[in-house]
Amino acid sequence: MTTLFKFHGGVHPPTHKAESTRTPIARMPMPAKLVIPFHQHVGNIAKPLVQAGDHVLKGQLIGLPEDGISSAIHASTSGTITEIGMQVVAHASGLPDLCATLVPDGKDEWITRSGMDFRESKNADVRQVLRLAGVVGLGGAVFPSDLKLRPGKHKVNTLILNGAECEPYITCDDMLMRERADEIIKGAEIMRWALEADEILVGIEDNKPEAIAAMRLAAQASSDNISIVAVPTLYPGGGAKQLIRVLTGIEVAAGVRSTDKGVQCFNVATAQTIYRAVRFGEPLVSRIVTVTGNVSNAQNLEVLIGTPVSDVVAYAGVLPDTDSYIMGGPMMGLPLPAASVSIVKAANCIIASSPKLFPPAPPAMPCIRCTRCAEVCPAELQPQDLYWFAKAREFGKAQEFSLFDCIECGACSYVCPSHIPLVQYYRFAKSEIWARETEKTAADAARVRFEFREQRIEREKQEKAEKLAAREKAAAEAKLAAAKIASAPAATPVSAPVDETQAKIQAAIEHARQQAAAIKPKNTEQLTPQQQAEIADIEARRARIHELASTEAESPKE
Amino acid sequence: MSAFFSPFISKPDTVSAIMLKVLLALLPGIALYVWYFGPAILVSITLASLTALATEAAMLKLRKRPVAPFLKDNSALLTAWLLALSIPPLAPWWLIVVGTAFCIAVAKHLYGGLGNNPFNPAMVGYAVLIVSFPVQMTHWVTPLGMGATELSFVQQLQYIFSGILPGGLTLDAVTMATPLDTLKTQLHLAHPANEILTQPIFSSLAGHGSEVVAIGFLIGGLYLLASKIISWHLPVAFLGTLFLVAGIFHLADPSHYVAPVFHWFSGAAMLGAFFILTDPITSPTTHKGKFIFAAGAALLTYLIRVYGAFPDGIAFATLLMNICVPLIDAYTQPKVFGKKEKKA
Repeated sequence: MTTLFKFHGGVHPPTHKAESTRTPIARMPMPAKLVIPFHQHVGNIAKPLVQAGDHVLKGQLIGLPEDGISSAIHASTSGTITEIGMQVVAHASGLPDLCATLVPDGKDEWITRSGMDFRESKNADVRQVLRLAGVVGLGGAVFPSDLKLRPGKHKVNTLILNGAECEPYITCDDMLMRERADEIIKGAEIMRWALEADEILVGIEDNKPEAIAAMRLAAQASSDNISIVAVPTLYPGGGAKQLIRVLTGIEVAAGVRSTDKGVQCFNVATAQTIYRAVRFGEPLVSRIVTVTGNVSNAQNLEVLIGTPVSDVVAYAGVLPDTDSYIMGGPMMGLPLPAASVSIVKAANCIIASSPKLFPPAPPAMPCIRCTRCAEVCPAELQPQDLYWFAKAREFGKAQEFSLFDCIECGACSYVCPSHIPLVQYYRFAKSEIWARETEKTAADAARVRFEFREQRIEREKQEKAEKLAAREKAAAEAKLAAAKIASAPAATPVSAPVDETQAKIQAAIEHARQQAAAIKPKNTEQLTPQQQAEIADIEARRARIHELASTEAESPKE
Repeated sequence: MSAFFSPFISKPDTVSAIMLKVLLALLPGIALYVWYFGPAILVSITLASLTALATEAAMLKLRKRPVAPFLKDNSALLTAWLLALSIPPLAPWWLIVVGTAFCIAVAKHLYGGLGNNPFNPAMVGYAVLIVSFPVQMTHWVTPLGMGATELSFVQQLQYIFSGILPGGLTLDAVTMATPLDTLKTQLHLAHPANEILTQPIFSSLAGHGSEVVAIGFLIGGLYLLASKIISWHLPVAFLGTLFLVAGIFHLADPSHYVAPVFHWFSGAAMLGAFFILTDPITSPTTHKGKFIFAAGAALLTYLIRVYGAFPDGIAFATLLMNICVPLIDAYTQPKVFGKKEKKA
């Protein structure tokens, strides 16, 4: 039996998981239209390979991974691409991003798929398969899985599968483990092989006995060293850092790679997807989504990537007083900008929200330094101090007090008796610091450019002065010589070089002007949708924090 | 329109509910106070409460802040109750009114209101009163059954509001010095401690009646600990240090220094340990900081009690330690997750 460790703090919010685990995973019927964003992963947006009018097959590559951190995008079913354009996506900014609109032909016709035997393959080939299959972390982080399986400097001893699923309401991993445990275990074998890890630990919160039993049964069939470990139900015990701590006692600090400490952690659903991709050549075109909250039939659905959220909730019987939708859980989830946005790889759960289900928090009161937030903070921060610094815009102090170690789990906000939206303050402070750093980098570059220019001008001036002096000297000498000889006037030889210099200067100015014109748009106008989204994201956060500040009871009433 | 963002759920706890629980925790002590010293304390608690609410409302209006949510937070009431419990109940009405108004208006609102005051407001009020009105602050009502004459409740009310005592009575006849004060005066007169403690105003633990009231506050404090309103660090560090320091002095010279248990159950030690030092706004936030803060307060309390000019030391010890809170917090920051072993 593995010895378990504890992490600091944590909270026990009501789990609300029973509602969506009453029925097996069902397949969502084919929607009339799919909207597939090209940016569903951490890193660079995939490069579109199709055009409007193209006919595609299910699993066909439509977005090619860019260099570096990126992943592939596929057609989720067979049909016709009707549009490549900007559409609102599931992002905090509410800004549009590049998407492909796909009208299914109803045949759901696959491309030719071919699986491989990973044991007979090279690590790099398996990783290439995963990259082109668009496999990313399905726990919500959507980091490209192939990059996490690249052998690094440090030996990875332990592969951890995260089946904790600590967020309330979400049950997609629970149901997946109950129904497809063998595929998860087979995926884990591939990952263990790629990482050359010694053991596999699967952490599952002890409120999922069925999943634990199913996984234990499946693990028996494996020749790998696999332990299925029941971990205490405590939010945010499913955070990668917290789960690593609980299972191994290792603390991975902010900014440190877990592989440096000999551990790598994947979500259970990612393991299953890896298995399907490697064994059958199936790219990631669907995922299990928990549909719950203000719906009559809360359940788990296998949903094609790109299915509009409105279709998914309608299938689950959304109730009439629903006023918004949350992607993810109630602790860390993202409020969706519109019901029209589509299910993406990160969408583990859709909660239909109503004012009755999630009533707005009472007006915030001042902080009374009760430190309940510090008692529950899994990162062992002093949230009350960070709040103070963020509010006072003392961003330097906030950084000194480890602001960037905050994982935004929301435990502090959850327990705050003053109902201060603490996490929002931290997000605000982080985005301000990022914005300032970007500005500073830009300013530094500009300063270097300016200094270089000044130097160049100074040098040129000097050179000119020297030339002039030399010329004057020459002229004086010539004059002297002329005077000595006392022959005809020498006007023409003097004017010729002047004209030549002037022409040169004119040409240089023209060149510089052209260069400036060519460079200019690069900075602000030709932003990628990603950059635009980031900027808008920061703006949205700022706007929200201002709104926040004005709704707080502490501020003057009108 | 409130903004919609995660987390979408929160515990139904409120500042108001926390403060209410602290008020409830004071009830056993107050009940025993009434039992041993008569109902005059209820008059001063009522006066203090009304003054606190009125001052709070007026200050919120002046500061253009919403009145209703802050009046409902119960924090002004708590300050009022703590001040009322710290000063003599049989005193002119204006004493508690002036003190409470000062607490709320100056010590709380001039510093920015709830959450922003660096000093414990009730202790600021106490300090102002004892410095400004030392005479009124030293006449403590004699425990029931101990004095030659006893005032009825009506007579007490009459004295509080009009300053008139029944014919022929002086204030000294119905009041006395506190056990701590008596001890200090008698020690100055070179009486040995064990002899002094045989006097009728002393009992097995400390002062007659007041020791039981202290037990009442201890019970309330244990309730606060059990319901996690306060953490154990402050009361344990305070009572522990007080016991330790008093114990060392007592062992060194028992004829001059009374036993530590006496210090625990006299004066405002129990009230201080569980209700005054534990004010979250004016105490450190880190565990280590809480230890330092409470230990410092205990040491100062003992020194003021034994060597100072004032009968009890809780108020000044608290205020002096309040000054140190930002410094203590700054130097006791715990290491964050994953960064504990570094720089070893």
